[in-house]
Amino acid sequence: MEGLRAVVRTAVAWGRVDQGAATAGSGRLGGVSGITCMAGVRPEGPCGTDDIVSRVSARDTDWDGVRLHVVTGKGGTGKTTVAAALALALAAGGRNVLLVEVEGRQGIAQLFDCPPLPYEERKVAVAPDGGDVYALAVDTEEALIEYLEMFYNLKRAGKAMSKLGVVDFVTTIAPGLRDVILTGKTSEAVRRRNADGSFAYDAVVLDAPPTGRITKFLNVNDEVSGLAKVGPIRNHADTVMRVVRSPETVVHFVTLLEEMPVQETLDGIGDLTEAGLPVGGVIVNMEHPPMLDAGDLATAEAGGLDTDEIVRGLKAAGLEHDAEQTAAVLAAEAVDHARRTALQRREMERLAALSQPKYVLPLLPDGMDLAGLYELAEALREQGAA
Amino acid sequence: MSVHRTPPVLDVDTLIDDPRTKIIVCCGSGGVGKTTTAAALGLRAAERGRDVVVLTVDPAKRLAQSMGLSELDNSPRRIEGVEGDGELHAMMLDMKRTFDEIVEAHSDPDRAKQILANPFYQSLSSSLSGTQEYMAMEKLGQLHRSGAWDLIVVDTPPSRNALDFLDAPERMGRFLDGRFMKILATPAKTGGRLGVKVLTAGFGVFTNVLNKVIGVQLLRDVQTFVAAFETMFGGFRERADKTYRLLQTPGTAFLVVAAPEPDALREASYFVERLAEERMPLAGLIVNRVHAVVPHTPTAARSQAAAETLDERGEHPLAAALLRLHADRRQLAAREERLREHFTSAHPAVPVASVPAQAEDVHDLEGLRQVGDDLAGNRAAATARPA
Repeated sequence: MEGLRAVVRTAVAWGRVDQGAATAGSGRLGGVSGITCMAGVRPEGPCGTDDIVSRVSARDTDWDGVRLHVVTGKGGTGKTTVAAALALALAAGGRNVLLVEVEGRQGIAQLFDCPPLPYEERKVAVAPDGGDVYALAVDTEEALIEYLEMFYNLKRAGKAMSKLGVVDFVTTIAPGLRDVILTGKTSEAVRRRNADGSFAYDAVVLDAPPTGRITKFLNVNDEVSGLAKVGPIRNHADTVMRVVRSPETVVHFVTLLEEMPVQETLDGIGDLTEAGLPVGGVIVNMEHPPMLDAGDLATAEAGGLDTDEIVRGLKAAGLEHDAEQTAAVLAAEAVDHARRTALQRREMERLAALSQPKYVLPLLPDGMDLAGLYELAEALREQGAA
Repeated sequence: MSVHRTPPVLDVDTLIDDPRTKIIVCCGSGGVGKTTTAAALGLRAAERGRDVVVLTVDPAKRLAQSMGLSELDNSPRRIEGVEGDGELHAMMLDMKRTFDEIVEAHSDPDRAKQILANPFYQSLSSSLSGTQEYMAMEKLGQLHRSGAWDLIVVDTPPSRNALDFLDAPERMGRFLDGRFMKILATPAKTGGRLGVKVLTAGFGVFTNVLNKVIGVQLLRDVQTFVAAFETMFGGFRERADKTYRLLQTPGTAFLVVAAPEPDALREASYFVERLAEERMPLAGLIVNRVHAVVPHTPTAARSQAAAETLDERGEHPLAAALLRLHADRRQLAAREERLREHFTSAHPAVPVASVPAQAEDVHDLEGLRQVGDDLAGNRAAATARPA
């Protein structure tokens, strides 16, 4: 595993802002120079750029042309897991994908079973047929210092400030600034190019804040409007907005087939649409697949399963001991299962009203591990999400 | 299962019946059912004779509706339909309103007006990270001081990290009360200019950076705000400290809420450790949405094998399907049990209560009552109990 984790430090990774400050325009843009590690600039993978392009255009997915996949969802719906699975799915076929985390939880490291990620782009996984998934845990404070250096040539001041807690102060009194820093870092990765002009990453997946905060988080223009009418922050926000509003970006919603998460998804999609931001797909996570046929489900829900028949079945299968007691337990479990299935069907019907494509990921009985992640990635690919 | 991995049972009824229990704080990561747990505990305590107020921060209307109200607001509303001698009130924290009230209560009307109109104050009071946590603590302090309630049940704000709840009030107290804010206020007091000559050279660098990064106008708003707000600074820090100490008293009980998922239990584990460090009284862990199995039923492997036997013979398809369902369920239950055991291995003394997963959401008082029964352990493995 250690060998896979090629460390790629992305130089000063803020992209060019058109009217950018004096430091822009130097060779540092594009994250090409300043690499401090063995693997060299990341995207020169096993296959050349042309090859990648032909593969990409050969596959027909729901999101062809999309390069920034923002993943949101209510707490507890498995947003980070789905983001990681989507990154793996997108990497399949020899592509390079960056998975970005902005909430300081180190959820990606836990999923991929590696030590906490520093603020640098690291390879965390290889897709089954050769693509690479890189991960980046954005640290607000370091990103702000990087930003200060980029636009104000103030690295030293930034470091001194962080010691005195002033960076905390700046990001605290101006929460909009914090979001611009985070989304800015992400959109820079989306736009970054290699020396040959090809994109550094074929796709970027952002594990974004939860549904309740997503619109505000992405609508950075609104957020900084009270903050900066002109100047570098304004330009930076404009650049972010251009990326976010472009056809290259979509926001996917992760939900469970339960009442509250579905409601939040419907509300969140409404908010996002109203703000003119691009809604992607709805990804239903942890579906309990129905294990009885429709007729048995209906009978079970009405509490009318034939326990004598179950007893006969148990005995025929050699489960003679306490067959009556076992049959009663099994019937009660069936009622529970039928109710849950009915609830899932009702919630699925509410989602059906949405025009967005839907994808369904099963509940993994063994829980979430690396193998499960690949399984979910495969399911996303089969359903055309990647 | 080895003996040392069986945790002590969390006796919810003893906790809520004890008149010395004055405050119950439900904490845990997002999406684990904190709010429902808090409401169910409140209802149960009220129906067992206490006068309870539930303070929630969850803006979802469902909870209000399940208690028969169209919505909750910043003052406690009485809940109808509570059986028994006690009373139940519920309220939802309005963080801006609470902040405004503090300003109004601690400054003369003119100054209050000036502060409330300040653009910086407006953004601070509605979006400063940590404000919600601070105001939840403030409200808790107010409810406690009012003496009107026999028991206060609080659920904590949904934060990216459960620990924010403990840290944010302190951080915000420090922020509002900090030396840095005072330095910032100085130019405003010495004539409103942004000149920095009177200050240290180091600070000159900061104001320069701040000017460039956040803009002159915002910095001016900050300075005006700080000047007007100055007399209240000490109070903020002091009240945050006071509420913090209140949480350390034996009248408070922390309940860590989790779901049987690795992330949620990991957060729960951190939280338990943190509470111990801060000497905050932990009552126990509540694991929601547990898939319990009835003991002495066929194991997962046995059920699976039996289902295959029936499949091969093409007999009894219903029994075969039910056996596969049962096998899945046992497997899920075993996994959840393992996760719970991991927690208990690390924290063997922490009492645990498990609440069975419900097929459907809570919609009314009766639903909350059932959750309460589950919390008190009255319906162990109820979802799969034979009829």
